[in-house]
Amino acid sequence: MSLPKLEELSQSVWQGPSLSTGAIPTKEWMDTPVTFKPGGYAYPAKKEKLEYLNAQPGLSFPFARVWSPEEDDWLLPDNWKDIILKGIAERLDKFRSLKIFMDCCVRCGACADKCHFFLGTGDPRNMPVMRAELLRSVYRGEFTLAGKILGRLAGGRKMTVGVLKEWFMYAYQCTECRRCSIFCPYGIDTAEITIILRELLYSVGLGINWVIEPVSNSTRTGNHMGLQPLPFRDNVEFLAEDVESLTGIKQNVTFNRKGAEILFVTPSADVFAEPGIYTCMGYLLLFNALGLDYTWSTYASEGGNFGLFTNNEAMKALNGKMYAEAERLGVKYILGGECGHMWRVVHQYMDTMNGKTPANMEVPVSPITGTVFNNAASTKVVHITEFTADLIKHNKLKFDTSRNSHVRATWHDSCNPARAMGIIEEPRYVLDHVVDKWWEMPENTIREQTFCCGSGTGLNTDEIMELRMRSGLPRANAVKHVVEKHDVNTLACICAIDRATLTSLMNYWNPGVTVCGLTELVANALVQKGENRADMPEGLRTML
Amino acid sequence: MKYSFSFLVVIALALIAGVGSQIPGMGYFFGVVIPYLAFAVFLGGIIWRIMYWAKSPVPFSIQTTRGQAKSLDFIKHSRLGAPDTNAEVVGRMALEVLTFRPLFYNTKSELREGPKITYESSKWLWLFAIVFHYSFLVILLRHLRLFLDPVPFWVGWVEFWDGLLQVGAPTWYITDVTLLLAVALLFFRRLVNRHVRYLSLMNDYFPLILIFSIALTGILMRYMLRSDIVNIKELLIGLVTLHPVIHGHIGAIFYIHITFVSVLLVCFPFSKLMHMGGVFLSPTLNMRNNTRAVRHINPWNDPNIKPHSYAEYEDEFRESMIENGIAVEKGLPPKEEPAEAETGKKAEE
Repeated sequence: MSLPKLEELSQSVWQGPSLSTGAIPTKEWMDTPVTFKPGGYAYPAKKEKLEYLNAQPGLSFPFARVWSPEEDDWLLPDNWKDIILKGIAERLDKFRSLKIFMDCCVRCGACADKCHFFLGTGDPRNMPVMRAELLRSVYRGEFTLAGKILGRLAGGRKMTVGVLKEWFMYAYQCTECRRCSIFCPYGIDTAEITIILRELLYSVGLGINWVIEPVSNSTRTGNHMGLQPLPFRDNVEFLAEDVESLTGIKQNVTFNRKGAEILFVTPSADVFAEPGIYTCMGYLLLFNALGLDYTWSTYASEGGNFGLFTNNEAMKALNGKMYAEAERLGVKYILGGECGHMWRVVHQYMDTMNGKTPANMEVPVSPITGTVFNNAASTKVVHITEFTADLIKHNKLKFDTSRNSHVRATWHDSCNPARAMGIIEEPRYVLDHVVDKWWEMPENTIREQTFCCGSGTGLNTDEIMELRMRSGLPRANAVKHVVEKHDVNTLACICAIDRATLTSLMNYWNPGVTVCGLTELVANALVQKGENRADMPEGLRTML
Repeated sequence: MKYSFSFLVVIALALIAGVGSQIPGMGYFFGVVIPYLAFAVFLGGIIWRIMYWAKSPVPFSIQTTRGQAKSLDFIKHSRLGAPDTNAEVVGRMALEVLTFRPLFYNTKSELREGPKITYESSKWLWLFAIVFHYSFLVILLRHLRLFLDPVPFWVGWVEFWDGLLQVGAPTWYITDVTLLLAVALLFFRRLVNRHVRYLSLMNDYFPLILIFSIALTGILMRYMLRSDIVNIKELLIGLVTLHPVIHGHIGAIFYIHITFVSVLLVCFPFSKLMHMGGVFLSPTLNMRNNTRAVRHINPWNDPNIKPHSYAEYEDEFRESMIENGIAVEKGLPPKEEPAEAETGKKAEE
């Protein structure tokens, strides 16, 4: 799928006929069937991956098959409609949120232009209210009296194959970032709608491979990339060696070590892919400098949880590894690395799904400062940014900000930490201490109003690159603003998906802007005893 | 088509009620039977709807945070953005429900050459909505005069302040004007704003037209086609005390008004108007953001869903782990060293 040239796409975004640019479609959306063309959809889940997952106890990924969105016939099971309608009924019984969100929307349109997918594509069905309406219309038509009697007149419709295809298209043009929810007077959360749409689609065997393969890999080997114990350990050790050659300090790294105080879990992307590896080097350097009694696990070697993008059961099963490993190793608590949706799961789902915590776990206490993390008293998982901010507050870290003089940074609030946790000030506090100066993007694009990278929830796959560049445009545009105004050259964040996807986004819209994790900047500036630092004009990225 | 149909329905209702009520003997049907039926449906419907919602659990605490969470002591907590206690949740809800906070922060984004996306504050929807809702509330309170005897003293205060401008005779109430205006503006916004126009349904136009018609007939009754207020109050008090009587003549305009109101009551529990109740139950707004500090319980949490276990994992990768010095729980199955029998799985010898 060739990505259009920058000029072409720019032209198309702001002048192409779309609802964003003022062209109102003449046809009503219910009369406009969706069509799938190359580049317009992410590849379907591979049959063998679904089969592997379906064989796992407690998980259900039925009707694995080879199919193509471009074909008319999606080879659905005969009773697909029955499965979907039962699935909706079941979820109405299980989630009050679904009932409320189906019943309360007044279509005020406040959410309409808040979605990065809508802003970038101008597709009316990407207005958050419309995304919900795709499901709500079926809810009306199949489940409510008024909708059954009045039908289309009351905004109701029946479940058809066409509707199912529409769901498949638009459930995968939403990154569950919740920006629209902040603007909704009833707090209607499109992430919930998308989660449920994706669950329903999986119940008839429809899914995308960029999600399913990581889920399958995580199940078997513990991490998205399917790294087995040895390569996982070796990757981390290579990074530790790099740190050692840069700083002259031997790095002490352990794996699957029983009796460690802390289990460290981070997205596996940090371990193997640029630019996450520099964040990972940052963790190693920081923990070593502190003399932290911690261990990595090759079994619970993934912080991310793509199960969240499939169904509740898969999310729970994957997440369960963290506590299982914490129990086996006998650690006191878990320290979590920089990741967005990992923290959505840890903060809002983990304790509910897989608590209570194993008996060996304790309320987290920083071994360096003695600070008790009461905000994690039950889940017993501490965010690295909280941990670092606390260290800085207690003067436990010595920084030389000139070591970050190559960095002119701005801060990207990742969707989940911002809108599903409220981690907003901690990273700013850390950033204040590790660089001389940094610049905020415009206020409508940061903090709780932050824009998604455009490729979260398993959409960071190459075949939909144009779509990603469109949905990432609002974020890229805000970065461009500070690039032009303040000569910013670095976009810092606390999310592994961001580190991967913003890199592509910057290369396209704002070439020359580097993406990095917060801990990378921390480690760049950290002054350690006994260090024998090489000249590091690019911090941890310096090639010796 | 969506709004013209709504208009037609309202006109038809007006005709039915206006003409029908003037047929001798039908006053009782339109003045007593329909309002009673409508109120029963309204009450029953609301109870049913709330029960329907309440029957489903809130499995996960999915609050949205619009501000800094409570975390370290030196990080300033946004108590109304990311509430940590029940009191803070009440504060947040009060802001959301009473001031329509999300709409207050509404922005309008535009795509410009570049492309460049710009955002500007857009408070029109907030203004129309808040004027509409509060005008409606004041008018409802004023109507208590017609249903209660004696009239509560504070109803007089509401009337006094609402009529403060002292324009016209009888004095025009501010809220009568603002309600009409706000509903009209909300209606035209639906037609003018291209996003909203595209996504609006009949379900959206009909309540606006109906409420406008209710207000209009009420205003006509009070200021122009003066209906016999004594007979009306007698009927309304009768309705409330369950002894409804109709004495003397009551004009058609009253019957049209009360029929409109009845239709609104009937629609209420089965339409988007239930947002009034739903907003309080919305889990993104009414949950505490303390989910790492206090465990939230999911009644249908399935304890049988377990992770792919460490034992299975080690079974698959043991050989390589041992070879490369990664700690394991069990040794390799006995091959050259059959002496190592303690590991517990050598039955196949």
